[in-house]
Amino acid sequence: MPDPGDLVTLEVDGHAITARAGQTIWEAARDAGIQVPVLCHDERLRPVGVCRLCVVDIGGRTLAAACVRPVEAGMKVATASPLVVKQRAVLLRLLLADHPTPCTRERTTGDCALEAEARAAGLLGVADSDSLPRGPVRALDASSPVIAVDLSSCILCDRCVRGCNELQSNDVLTRSGKGYGTTITFDLGLPMGSSSCVSCGECAAVCPTGALTHKPLGAPLRPRAELTAVDTTCPYCGVGCALTVQVDRAENRIVYIDGRKNGHNEARLCVKGRYGFDYTTHPQRLTRPLIRRDTHYPKGGLSADVRGAGAGERGRGRGRRAGGHVDYAEVMPAFREATWDEALDLVATRLGAIRTTHGPNALAGFGSAKCSNEEAYLFQKLVRTAFGTNNVDHCTRLCHASSVAALMETIGSGAVTNVFHDIKRADFALLVGTNTTVNHPVAATFFKEAVRAGTRLAVIDVRRPGIADHAWKFLRQRPGADVALLGGMIHVILEERLYNEPFVRERTVGLDALAAAAAPMTPELAEKISGVPADEIRAVARAFASARAAMIFWGMGVSQHSHGTDNARALIALCLLCGHIGRPGTGLHPLRGQNNVQGASDAGLIPMLFPDYQSVTDPVVRARFEAAWGFALDPVPGLTVVEIMQAALEHRVRGMYMMGENPFLSDPNINKVRKALSALDFLVVQDIFLTETAEFADVILPATSFFEKTGTFTNTDRRVQLGHAALAPPGEARLDWEIICDVATRMGAPMHYDGPEAIFNELRSLAPSLAGLDYTSLEGAGRLWPGDQEILFGDDFPSGKGRLVPTSFAPARELPDAEFPIVLVTGRLLEHWHTGSMTRRSRALDALEPEAFVELHPNDGTHLGIAEGDFVLARSRRGEIVLRARLSTATSEGSCFIPFHFREAAANLLTIDALDPVGKIPEFKFCAVALSRA
Amino acid sequence: MQTAPLSDAAKQKLNAVLSRYPNAMAACLPALHLARAEYGHLGDDVVKLVADHLALPVAHVHGVVTFYTMFRREPSGQNVLRVCTNISCMLRGGYEILGAVERELGIKPGQTTPDGCFTLIEEECLAACANAPMMICGARYFLDLVPEKMPELLAELRQTPQTELV
Repeated sequence: MPDPGDLVTLEVDGHAITARAGQTIWEAARDAGIQVPVLCHDERLRPVGVCRLCVVDIGGRTLAAACVRPVEAGMKVATASPLVVKQRAVLLRLLLADHPTPCTRERTTGDCALEAEARAAGLLGVADSDSLPRGPVRALDASSPVIAVDLSSCILCDRCVRGCNELQSNDVLTRSGKGYGTTITFDLGLPMGSSSCVSCGECAAVCPTGALTHKPLGAPLRPRAELTAVDTTCPYCGVGCALTVQVDRAENRIVYIDGRKNGHNEARLCVKGRYGFDYTTHPQRLTRPLIRRDTHYPKGGLSADVRGAGAGERGRGRGRRAGGHVDYAEVMPAFREATWDEALDLVATRLGAIRTTHGPNALAGFGSAKCSNEEAYLFQKLVRTAFGTNNVDHCTRLCHASSVAALMETIGSGAVTNVFHDIKRADFALLVGTNTTVNHPVAATFFKEAVRAGTRLAVIDVRRPGIADHAWKFLRQRPGADVALLGGMIHVILEERLYNEPFVRERTVGLDALAAAAAPMTPELAEKISGVPADEIRAVARAFASARAAMIFWGMGVSQHSHGTDNARALIALCLLCGHIGRPGTGLHPLRGQNNVQGASDAGLIPMLFPDYQSVTDPVVRARFEAAWGFALDPVPGLTVVEIMQAALEHRVRGMYMMGENPFLSDPNINKVRKALSALDFLVVQDIFLTETAEFADVILPATSFFEKTGTFTNTDRRVQLGHAALAPPGEARLDWEIICDVATRMGAPMHYDGPEAIFNELRSLAPSLAGLDYTSLEGAGRLWPGDQEILFGDDFPSGKGRLVPTSFAPARELPDAEFPIVLVTGRLLEHWHTGSMTRRSRALDALEPEAFVELHPNDGTHLGIAEGDFVLARSRRGEIVLRARLSTATSEGSCFIPFHFREAAANLLTIDALDPVGKIPEFKFCAVALSRA
Repeated sequence: MQTAPLSDAAKQKLNAVLSRYPNAMAACLPALHLARAEYGHLGDDVVKLVADHLALPVAHVHGVVTFYTMFRREPSGQNVLRVCTNISCMLRGGYEILGAVERELGIKPGQTTPDGCFTLIEEECLAACANAPMMICGARYFLDLVPEKMPELLAELRQTPQTELV
């Protein structure tokens, strides 16, 4: 093997060039500015040399494929000799004979690579290629809502197969058949739409011809040259993929989206990121401020689903509509349009009056992890200065509050200790309670890639996630048994002395307490509680402890419990015991949910913390913020999300400002949320649609969607990236940061900024972790805080030594019984996001998953007389919903799964508002329900 | 129709095969041979079964099965007639042989006689060019064929079928 550092000198078309040993001729030529034509190769793909268009003359017996042939010293390469040109022309003529010129790609995005090469070679429209015999035209496959398949255009270059299998590791596409009849097929030769395809669109992104193309979504497809390319990030999950939006400026529409090669996602995207953008131009976008009409007091829900209308009115059972977003005809009559001045004056006056009459703590605000760092920062500043309270929180409370609490307590930092890409340097990874392929799809592609390169995965979950197909072991535990199962692993590691003694001695405290707590939790006892065989617990514990480098990833399956903090403490203890932190391939990575949940937390949308996790109770910290903001600040930590709802119910909180949050669907126990929202004296909702929560509003302020704003967003890796506005806001909709400034100024806390950069700089001046990040340096792949470090805590922790915190198993708050015998676990789907306000208004995503459902085990289905597709009544002590049944062995017997995206069958009508005592996160992953045929 | 799970004997054989290869992908072909012996043909259900057992993508196994013409995806007759029409055979009358079989049995390549006795397949080179035209049925090579004698040969096969090798 040549050393990649070695340099090789060769001659290409008469020019002496220097290349790295191991480079292909194609790469070396490209670097020297000589583009060798190629169809089957893309720089992101493993070269295979099947199209033969890149052949060059190296003076050998035959021509050599430049995309696979490595450079050699002294090689003389001719890329366009008469022989090469002739051979290329023959190939192109043969390919063109069957090609429907112009193909779908050429007619839409205008970038068919075959037609471009043919044009360059002067072969397009030349009669002789038409005289060659043609094969039969192959059928079109329009079964996928997002990708059009036309196999007549296929040149069998295998790019799509490699895109599907090697970049995304989805293994749906293959070549099948032999000889002239060879085609690409999906699974067992199924139509694309009925196959296991997850619609990530990678195949269409890498296809060079019209064989696989994106379908238009909301705007006709056009060549990139006629559109404006805007670099931003994805508005959905915490992976924060970098993307380029192709915009039609004249129509103010997004035409399509490309993954960005200079991003950490390496141009990979998932179905939401690639196809879930047209919500932004949905006709239901709010464009004028709205004020509730006097006729619609006292306040309450407006649409049938939100009013909690009786089952009869909603038409329970068969014939029930498939659902979808709210019918504006039902809700709009309750509001009248207003000018911005009137609406903002009303907001400032009413909130100010509540502050004066009932005190600052009668006010509260929910910010949003969908908004930028700048907006999050200004929002908490508004609540802390203009409102004068720390009652400010956001949906991090509902996703990783317990993880953050445990991390702060044990190592003194609430963020991930290393980036998810680091899994490639790990020889073992433990995935607990994370349905990664669904909720962090692009991160999952890198996990699967790591598995192919030798990383072993152990997956622990109550419901079998897709990533388990790639795991060495999948341990299916009973819901709520996490602490017992992890305690069993800790027991094994201690008993067999598998832990890293020097690390534990030098870097941690609390071993004795941990050992005392773990002593009774033998693997046998852990088996009894969790249902996981003791030997499996031992095997995974040993593999984790003896790994050279191991990482732990976890998701909401860990955090959303009344013992969520204990779950995270146990995971952290496992990691610290074995010293799997601070080195390449080791670390703790709670996969963050929202695109900016890390940033919103960093920016201080947390009731007990100022920006950068500085405690509101610390007088020195407080003095610094008081000096910077010019206001006396409340020294008492504020209330959290669910506590604020409880306080609203008890009239302790009377006025609320909600920016981009929809607690009516996202909070537990919706019947209680309904009462709480109805009880508020004044509610202002700032959003892009009239959400379920906005039905309770006195004033609704039309805000801007992600694609209309410029700002910084921080992903799960602590990666701060800059997103640029791609669209102009519709109508009178305004930027969120400007609205906040106007409200604050009207409430006596003047805010004036030139733009996002000025706001970011103010945040930076108060947040030491962000200090080194210059705004303009955040383009491209962005930068990590602190100090661009991928791996933290190699020498010590912010808390000094890491604390091993003992945990002991406690059952969930509401256990199944005779009346409610089934455990409900809620969660998400690949195609939808949270309360569905964006994704259910995205045509493709809605088409892929249009309907609410409950997933249960086929044996439970048989027992309960419920068949696939039946309507099911799901009841808990708090509410009931009707939705379709899906039978699947992914869910274990005795439990069921319901996604919480669907307003017409809101899972959170059923969930319990029991809280974790430390993280104050609700127990979304466990409550007791009963299921019956509706 | 649901395909029966692999028999214990077949599973044992399959595991023995797997143990001889560095990874499941390498064991795919021998596993498919075993599955064919068990089920006679490799329908979609069997392809899924093999993919599950080897933990390979179903698309990959499907690709392998469709690449090799000697794997049958549908149930076949007792005799599978594989008539070569590649160059040597073509030059020496392979298509006449194929035509004679089609006339005698009333089926086209890819089809099976209603009585389930014969399946006809047009093959590429079967590596017996010196004796073209030729065909294979089961383990037997039928060489230097002449169209006129095909009815007699088919009658003989009807009496003593030649099943395909495992």
